[in-house]
Amino acid sequence: MSRALLEVHGISVVFGGLRAVDDVSFEIHDREILGLLGPNGAGKTTCFNAISGVYPPTLGDILLDGARTNGAPPHGMARLGVGRTFQIVRPFSGLSVRENVIVALGGPRYRGNLLRSLTSWRKKGIADEAGAILDRVGLLDVADRTSGQLPIGSLRRVEIARALALSPRLLLLDESFSGLRSTEIAQIEELIRSIREDGVSVLLIEHNMKVAMGLSDRVVVLDHGRKLAEGKPSEVASNQAVIEAYLGRGERGNVA
Amino acid sequence: MDYFATVATLIVIQAIAACGLNVIVGYAGQISLGHAAFFGIGAYASAMLTTKAGLTFWQALPAALLITMLLGFLLGLPSLRVREDFLAITTIGINFIVEAVFIYTPFFGGALGIGGIPRVVVMGGRLGNNQFLALCLVFLVLSLALCRQFARAWAGLACFAVREDETAASSMGISPVRAKLSAFVLGTGMAGLAGTLYAHYARFISAGDFGFPVSISIMSMVVLGGMGTLFGPLLGAMIIGILPEIFRPLIDYRMFIYSVLLLLMIRFQPGGLLGDSSLVVGLLKSLKKLVKPKNIANPREIGGDGDV
Repeated sequence: MSRALLEVHGISVVFGGLRAVDDVSFEIHDREILGLLGPNGAGKTTCFNAISGVYPPTLGDILLDGARTNGAPPHGMARLGVGRTFQIVRPFSGLSVRENVIVALGGPRYRGNLLRSLTSWRKKGIADEAGAILDRVGLLDVADRTSGQLPIGSLRRVEIARALALSPRLLLLDESFSGLRSTEIAQIEELIRSIREDGVSVLLIEHNMKVAMGLSDRVVVLDHGRKLAEGKPSEVASNQAVIEAYLGRGERGNVA
Repeated sequence: MDYFATVATLIVIQAIAACGLNVIVGYAGQISLGHAAFFGIGAYASAMLTTKAGLTFWQALPAALLITMLLGFLLGLPSLRVREDFLAITTIGINFIVEAVFIYTPFFGGALGIGGIPRVVVMGGRLGNNQFLALCLVFLVLSLALCRQFARAWAGLACFAVREDETAASSMGISPVRAKLSAFVLGTGMAGLAGTLYAHYARFISAGDFGFPVSISIMSMVVLGGMGTLFGPLLGAMIIGILPEIFRPLIDYRMFIYSVLLLLMIRFQPGGLLGDSSLVVGLLKSLKKLVKPKNIANPREIGGDGDV
């Protein structure tokens, strides 16, 4: 295992009196798939939002490649190479699938250059580049359809395609498998593995245990905002505390 | 012919302002109910520069545009950090403040306004009504071309993304404030252009020409024609400009008719006359189908290469 790409040092996120995330630490190495698991309300998405800059952590530090990033806005994190998807998909509904990708793809090329940003992207190679990304996630045939008309399975791919268009070093996937058919799940699993092969680290939140355990190199389990366990999927699956968090404790103190 | 030119020029000028508002409301999805303020800033800037500083129209025009866009930037910076209803209220506030500054500052002529604004001179000759109309049309075409280019460029795409979903756009590396500001400054610049033309068309301006009702009227044009469409604001400006001329006897009920029109549009055609699921566009398409019956022979399908 190589050096850590992302280090999360004791972060807490507090909303009023609620500690949604409480002193959580973990790190992600280069080319690693880390699963972030936990029952509903464990603070997984809050953790994601803290890393991707939606809200800064109340306490603690987030380091990307050794540099402290907490406080950077979401667009700042995106530029640093952190791509993310949303649990409840958020496509740019009125735009075509290709345009959805070009929004992310065009940033490094056009941003900060007024005249350049006013040139049409249609004539340039950027439309083809977007096509290549869409081909990879299997959406090339619907590239010019309005994204709002697509079914959930395709929208999950749109989200991944957009994140890939940022050429990320770290990809945050928030339940990218939920609502998908089993054939689709297998395709996305394959896709995530190939993304990792390209040198991208992946942090994924997943409810489907079979998928999460099969895909992740390591997993971190959260419960009530705290880190409950961390380790290889097989170790964590047999961890007493983890089983209790998911299934509860029996009447006589036995694990159910 | 003079009557025609007078009405047409005003419509063209308002169409330019409406195009600008369309960039803000239609492209970037930011409600602005204070567009007339920037229309007024352009008009006053140009009027002051030509009457007090003695510049010609052509010298005053770029300066007036710059002043309007700079003020658009400064006023947009705080306003665009709030969303939706709050932005609407903030922009209404801007409109009233700007109008009040024009009325109560002696420097801007106070309640008397500014008169004696010179005609536009081109190659040593003063432009007549028809020639001035032609000049305004040239600026309208330029404005439309700019809007079209903006909508096809990445800068426009970034604005569309912010309109559709600000949070997602931000996660795609787009700074929402920056995207909104770019649309706002472009839109106010076009309002400033319209204002400059208006000053040299009316040749006398006062604060009342740029009040809140004018903002509503420009907004009605954009909504009527179709927010986010290229030609919608132009169509809206034509309808709202021509209707009162045709229905002269109903002039007293003008505001009432506008309101009913606007309510009907929002209820039955929220996308505007040229927008999505538009009755007009749908009607034209079905007419086209009637005139040109189905293409019976698509040689590829029939001759085929045997794969299908």
